[in-house]
Amino acid sequence: MEQTQTPQMIAQQLVAGDTTTVRAYVKSGQPWIWLTAAAISVAFITTVALLGLTAARGLPHFWPADLLQARYEQPGAAPVPMLAEVRSSEEVTAARLLDAGLPVDPQRDLYERLLLKIGNRDIGGVDFRYVVSDWLVDRQTPADAVVLERIEWGNFHGFLDAVVVDGNSVAGSEAWSAYQQAQRRVDALRGDIRRIEKKQIGAINYELERLRLQARRLEIDGKTRESHPEAFAPLDRRRDEQGAKYEALRAELNALNRDIRRDSVRVRTVDGQQRTIALAQLVHGYRPNRMGVLDKTLHFFGKVWEFVSDEPREANTEGGIFPAIFGTVLMVMIMSIVVTPFGILAALYLREYAHQGAMTRAIRIAVNNLAGVPSIVFGMFGLGFFVYFLGGGIDRLFYPEAAPAPVFGTPGILWASLTLALLTLPVVIVATEEGLARIPRATREASLALGATKAETLWRVVLPMASPAMMTGLILAIARAAGEVAPLMLVGVVKLAPTLPIDGNFPFIHFERKFMHLGFHIYDVGFQSPNVEAARPLVYATSFLLVLVVVLLNVSAIMIRNRLRERYKALDH
Amino acid sequence: MSESDAVAAPGVESIIAGKAPGMRARYLKDAAARWIVWLGGLGVIGALMLIFVYLLSEVMPLFGGAHIDARQSFAMPGPAAQTLYVAAEEQGEIGLRVTDGGELVFFDLYDGSVRDRQALPGGDAGVSGIAELSAERGELAAHLRDGSVTLFRHRYRVSYPGDRRLITPEVEFPMGAEPLAFMDEAGRGLVARSERGALVLAAIDTNGDVQIKRFDRRENFLGEVEVQERERQRFTPAVKADILLLEPLLTWLYVVEREAGRIAMYRLSSGNPELVNVYDVGARVREARYLAGGISIVVAQDDGRVSQWFPARDEGGQYYLARVREFRLPDGSARPTAIGPELRRRTFAVGGSDGSVSLFHATAGRRIGTEQVLDGEIALLAFNPRAQYLMAIGADGQIRGFDVDNEHPEVSFKALWGRVWYESYDEPRLLWQSSAATSDFEPKFSITPLSVGTLKGAFYAMIFAIPLAILGAIFTAYFMSPEMRQIVKPTVEIMAALPSVILGFLAGLWLAPFVETNLPGVFLTLILLPLSVPIFGFAWSKMPRALRYRVPPGWEAAMLVPAIALVVWVCFAIAKPIEAVVFGGNMQAWMDHTLGIGYDQRNALVVGVAMGVAVIPVIFSIAEDAIFTVPKHLTLGSLALGATAWQTLVRVVLPTASPGMFSAVMIGMGRAVGETMIVLMATGNTPITDFSMFSGMRTLAANVAVEMPESEVGSTHFRLLFLAGLVLFVFTFLLNTLAEVVRQRLRARYSNI
Repeated sequence: MEQTQTPQMIAQQLVAGDTTTVRAYVKSGQPWIWLTAAAISVAFITTVALLGLTAARGLPHFWPADLLQARYEQPGAAPVPMLAEVRSSEEVTAARLLDAGLPVDPQRDLYERLLLKIGNRDIGGVDFRYVVSDWLVDRQTPADAVVLERIEWGNFHGFLDAVVVDGNSVAGSEAWSAYQQAQRRVDALRGDIRRIEKKQIGAINYELERLRLQARRLEIDGKTRESHPEAFAPLDRRRDEQGAKYEALRAELNALNRDIRRDSVRVRTVDGQQRTIALAQLVHGYRPNRMGVLDKTLHFFGKVWEFVSDEPREANTEGGIFPAIFGTVLMVMIMSIVVTPFGILAALYLREYAHQGAMTRAIRIAVNNLAGVPSIVFGMFGLGFFVYFLGGGIDRLFYPEAAPAPVFGTPGILWASLTLALLTLPVVIVATEEGLARIPRATREASLALGATKAETLWRVVLPMASPAMMTGLILAIARAAGEVAPLMLVGVVKLAPTLPIDGNFPFIHFERKFMHLGFHIYDVGFQSPNVEAARPLVYATSFLLVLVVVLLNVSAIMIRNRLRERYKALDH
Repeated sequence: MSESDAVAAPGVESIIAGKAPGMRARYLKDAAARWIVWLGGLGVIGALMLIFVYLLSEVMPLFGGAHIDARQSFAMPGPAAQTLYVAAEEQGEIGLRVTDGGELVFFDLYDGSVRDRQALPGGDAGVSGIAELSAERGELAAHLRDGSVTLFRHRYRVSYPGDRRLITPEVEFPMGAEPLAFMDEAGRGLVARSERGALVLAAIDTNGDVQIKRFDRRENFLGEVEVQERERQRFTPAVKADILLLEPLLTWLYVVEREAGRIAMYRLSSGNPELVNVYDVGARVREARYLAGGISIVVAQDDGRVSQWFPARDEGGQYYLARVREFRLPDGSARPTAIGPELRRRTFAVGGSDGSVSLFHATAGRRIGTEQVLDGEIALLAFNPRAQYLMAIGADGQIRGFDVDNEHPEVSFKALWGRVWYESYDEPRLLWQSSAATSDFEPKFSITPLSVGTLKGAFYAMIFAIPLAILGAIFTAYFMSPEMRQIVKPTVEIMAALPSVILGFLAGLWLAPFVETNLPGVFLTLILLPLSVPIFGFAWSKMPRALRYRVPPGWEAAMLVPAIALVVWVCFAIAKPIEAVVFGGNMQAWMDHTLGIGYDQRNALVVGVAMGVAVIPVIFSIAEDAIFTVPKHLTLGSLALGATAWQTLVRVVLPTASPGMFSAVMIGMGRAVGETMIVLMATGNTPITDFSMFSGMRTLAANVAVEMPESEVGSTHFRLLFLAGLVLFVFTFLLNTLAEVVRQRLRARYSNI
């Protein structure tokens, strides 16, 4: 910083200036200076608070909260026993509660209101409930209260009565360990089932579809089964093979499905209703009130891992977000592969080859300004030009057999990546240009003077020196692409993609497939989800992850930029 | 290359000139590199420019107007009898003509050759009139001379023998070929509609009375249609009955008198129809027809005008027939003689006495085009269902067909920007309702609410962002200590990279409910915070010196952080009791009752804050640069002359840096206008036109995001969305260019000082 004494001098006055009267204070302009200071403080606080808010709201979701057992005695209504997690509390005026139809005392101003997660959506219909804290009496935390995470219907809150393992009921103190053992067995079986369903049967279906398309292709080429039996024979043979394989897997799957349904648990809700839940329905079970800090920490990290590595369940409101992470990363990678060379080429052209006249200046301003064009406009271009025009053309040329179902003529990961590449091109061009401009003229001239051609100078001297700038540009582009949602909604993102764009089926990477994306996931789950309250912590957690990624990318870009500046400072002199 | 030539010394000529071994390859590489960079660079720039060109190419057809290409003209095919009704089939290949001799003639629309002829059962006695039950489904009713009615349907089967399209006309009788008993003698002006199992026929008898008969049609379990007759009604209309118009939903019946130019509006009920009122058209009426959708009627008047009418409600909630708008034929002396409505849109063709045909669009209130097609008066006009073909029949029996290319009749300047009186509304409104599942509801394409929403969102965002960003930039650039600046500037800049989806999510799911329950606290903070800071400053100046000197210069902002946090906390803490006492415990309810201001949870205030947060770093960063780069000797000179820091700032620094701050605001504005996700998530996305802080909005960008995926490619809606995109593109591009030019000027000025 080349800042001279100026700010210190001024600030000295501000801090130490001895104003005696209010009038002198106002006249000195100091109140305004304090206001400017307040403005930057507010901006700073907001930034930090935003980051803090996403973390503070998202992470506790993974922490196993204690289960509170209590009786809810709303005046004029029958008392209701509850077993719930306390999610949040707030002060509410009596008038608002009265408006909500609650019999509160209008004389009193404020009440405390709690948001409870009561679980058991299959029984009560809702799993969240607002209660007035004063009416929640007889509070205790029973040690053997259990939380069972289910595949459907959200969590179950209650007590474990017995575990039925292979027809034998285990009750009492052994019940819990028996349950855990049975749960591990079910988890293993579920893994097997998923492997067969997703991987193996998925591969068979994929192959069958390909065979169907090949046969269709032959028909389009004018060959029929009668005229060209030799062309259809291998297809039929392969289809039969796949069919046989499928039958074998089907049998295996049936056996596994029988196995997984063997065990069940008998549970009791806090109001005494008994339920039997098949273990196949359970994902996880724990007794939060018995867990120590260490157990809870382990559980916390386990849940975090599940969150980043698992697939979503229950309309994306539970489970993990792995496909969204995968989709985001893959899209950003394809985009980088496209945007880097083209961005650098354009920057080289503008800075090194083009005649530096008014035209080039105009082009430079235009390219700069494209960075400020709303991203949704790029999305429209992507949908109209890439998807309908290019994609539709590709389909007509190369995939007539798939018609009327579009292959590339529908939004997909390739088009999304290309759209974002276009969107981030200005970022890369501007950063690279800046890097090229910083390289001292003397360096280039030295290279040329030694007899190197212009291309050699660029390749051996200029580009290596500008590489940190290109890195910065690429990182900024990635950060922007990772957080961009609006254009993706038009060109390929979906709320739930059945298959990942990369899998074990030839050709392994499927450019035409739709994909999931972290940012869109946030929008979709937060705003389109049937159970927003349940999904909210997950959305906060997803936001936190996305913020973390974007901030880290930006910080690294800034650090690279600073190092770069240091490096050329030496060259300047 | 020129540079290498310039530095070449004579002694190294052999290297430069490429005579040394390996030189040729190096030069080839150099040339190749140059070409690759040229092509790649220009290609990339071209691709970026392509965006603009592409958007424009999608928008242009909106303003292309209509084209009409005449086909061969031919004489009326089939027997020499009076033509009661004509229609054209979906593909514009086969036409249908119904004669008063009870014959259906299907003919080729290209050369006029007869494809098929069928006699209507019971029609040999003669047909007095044809009514459309549903033009879209081809369902017609023929009024026979003996007063009975035959219902029939013309359909076209498409087959591809030998890969050539063959269209075969068919005639079906959905309620049996047996005529339904209606009147006892011949009548005229038959109208027929069927709705939810009821069939209603109405016609004018020889006394000039109107007779109405209702049939209930029911399908039995074998799939056969059973028809049950109801009582026949007869009433004497308030005006002389020349034309009857029956609403498809069977609520209204209009009786039109030609000579005196009057319309009587009747409400149908179980008893006799009740007269609502009689309306004066103002001229002799030549023809009156229903438009597609069955709500509006258009009336051809002899004074050269065509008027559109539909039922609306007055202030008292009573229905009346509103004269909504009128159209004029371009040639003032011509009279409209025939009306041909499109089947799916609110477009209609009007034939004139001079043989011209004009196309109008009702909602857009616009004449699309006029073509001179026949020599004499035009008697009948008919569109095919896809509205690509228009048939005009002259009074002399000549038929002339036209291929019509009229993709976007709905668009006019007034329809896009002005208040339009839409069907089923009681007054002209600004509405955007693009989704029209059926042709019964007309799409409403007013861009005004979207533009107003866009500006409203940007406005509230800017009110929030500009003071914070500019003031913050002033302090950071001018007063802040360098160490602190190194932390603060990147932190605020990182906020610029924060994905807007996260800001939108926080705004919609956290901030909106928070503001709703803490509205008094929010306002209290907005008022008290700016007040408390100078007071804090004054109190600070009264502190003992020993304490004040502990804070290093330029760290005041850091010192303020806990103070601000405290003030905000206090504001929210005391807001609840204040709300309980002053606003009766619920500020929204109080505002609603006392001030009449409605409150949406997701409103402009929330959007303003969220979008403001997104815009602050953009403005801050550029403005801070502008202030920071003000040449130091200017400020030092000012200070040396005895000016205070504040005087120097206001009189020297800010005027010098103001162009930079202006461009910062412009760029921030560009971002706020185009922001999509925040608006999408933090507002209710209702396209309304108001500037209230407590209501939501829909912006152009959010509208594109919501509607684009469902829009049909190439439709008017699709192109209008592209128009919105183009407007956003051009607007932000111009804002940014302005900002960039100003900034470059500023840079040049600094280097001169």
